[in-house]
Amino acid sequence: MTAPAYNFAYLDEQTKRMIRRAILKAIAIPGYQVPFASREMPMPYGWGTGGVQVTASILGPDDTLKVIDQGSDDTTNAVSIRKFFTKTANVRTTTATIEATVIQTRHRVPETPLSEEQVLVYQVPIPEPLRFLEPRETETRRMHALSEYGLMHVKLYEDIARHGHIATAYAYPVQVDDRYVMDPSPIPKFDNPKLDDCPALQLFGAGREKRIYAIPPYTRVVSLDFEDHPFEAYRHDAACELCGASDSFLDEVITDDDGNRMFVCSDTDYCEQRRALGHGPYNAAPADPQGSSHTGASPTEPA
Amino acid sequence: MTTPDTDTPLLIAKGLTKYYGRQLGCRDASFELYEGEVMAVVGESGSGKSTLLQLLSTQIEPSSGSVTYRMRDGSLADLWRMSEPARRFLLRTDWGYVHQDPQLGLRMGVSAGGNVGERLMAVGARNYQDIRATATDWLGRVEIPHDRIDDTPRSYSGGMRQRLQIARNLVTAPRLIFMDEPTGGLDVSVQARLLDLLRRIVAEMRIAAIVVTHDLAVARLLSNRIMVMKGGEVIEAGLTDQVLDDPHQPYTQLLVSSILPA
Repeated sequence: MTAPAYNFAYLDEQTKRMIRRAILKAIAIPGYQVPFASREMPMPYGWGTGGVQVTASILGPDDTLKVIDQGSDDTTNAVSIRKFFTKTANVRTTTATIEATVIQTRHRVPETPLSEEQVLVYQVPIPEPLRFLEPRETETRRMHALSEYGLMHVKLYEDIARHGHIATAYAYPVQVDDRYVMDPSPIPKFDNPKLDDCPALQLFGAGREKRIYAIPPYTRVVSLDFEDHPFEAYRHDAACELCGASDSFLDEVITDDDGNRMFVCSDTDYCEQRRALGHGPYNAAPADPQGSSHTGASPTEPA
Repeated sequence: MTTPDTDTPLLIAKGLTKYYGRQLGCRDASFELYEGEVMAVVGESGSGKSTLLQLLSTQIEPSSGSVTYRMRDGSLADLWRMSEPARRFLLRTDWGYVHQDPQLGLRMGVSAGGNVGERLMAVGARNYQDIRATATDWLGRVEIPHDRIDDTPRSYSGGMRQRLQIARNLVTAPRLIFMDEPTGGLDVSVQARLLDLLRRIVAEMRIAAIVVTHDLAVARLLSNRIMVMKGGEVIEAGLTDQVLDDPHQPYTQLLVSSILPA
């Protein structure tokens, strides 16, 4: 390839400075949505333009990047963003959570515990948790400013009234550092507890909405709930059919037209690491981890 | 419930004036409102009734004049010297505001229970069963069947919406409630039922109320006192029966005589 026609990590240095200033402000005020001058990126909105800009601004030449999409390293979104940074920044990439220094994620938090050395960058479609209850941005900003968060509980109330329990399963609202109510991006609520007191820095970028917010390391993050309907992390009542993990978040995969299905870890790296260590599915035919997925697909009984 | 203090007024308006640019909205309105008292503000369209109501309920800032309110702890507070959070807190706990159009006062996409419960959750109620029990109780008090608690106000009739709006406002047991044409847009029989309900609740809970209306019948039925406005000024004020039976100002006389005989 000839000399690149763009700067390291695509964005020019002034843009990165602007974004870093927004990030610093976001870290200083945990959970507060900082407006920033989001740029057009060479990918459509909804593909992680916010996350990519944050990643581009914090990435250095010696960083190792991991990109996941719904926990998976090998989906289109994850592969393209990884290739994008390989090409524009020439950084090392990895699929192993422990090797990465910067992890850009769409809709999942890795199962492997994060460390102080790592930064987790979330792609955020809609940063405003109050949006669907109060469409006026002027009003929601005022509500944030004055900590008027009663409305957030109205949403949870509605859930219980309609479904008998808090049916919000993803983008479950949290309160950060006992102050700002924040949308943790559409991660499953299973991941919410991982946000609390996390050693890694967590950054959230919303490109279309032009907002950046952050959770500094070791910050208290509480999922909102009612006294008599406490927050519960949900996962399918099953074990991964590839690695046997009973503590990871599971994807339900339809395997054929007859309604057969299997549950597998949504975090592909976690699943692979476990299989490399010799973990296998419960009650599976020995030494045939691939084939077992189909034949052994008598699905676990749903709850 | 605090013991009612009947000696000091609940709300004192002094020289309230509002100009919209050079256009007069309301000039030099002064009055005192006591606990449990219902005051009607009547006048034709454009006479400054709504401006006055918005000034009192701190939705717009007066050009001059002041509104003083006696807080629950007995201290007097100048509403425009209070901090915004404190003012907004007052607005959703100790006050109520019933809009003419229930769509403005309700969350149309949220169930009736959620609508009534919102104020409770805003002041920190975090027990679902308790919130729901209170909401159910209030729906009963405004004569909405209990099995409609999980329906959104979209599926409600105009009269039910208005009653739901009232329940939503009264759930925190406010001491003062503002009503802007509460019966506007309702048919006569529904109006009568709503007025009945309002009169009963206001009397039971000893709530002070300021009711803006152009309907003198509403004023006569609900209010103890009345203020007549014209061209942005209060031209006549007094006990409702006195003013309506023996109007002094030519405009009031006109207003009273223009009621169609029932």
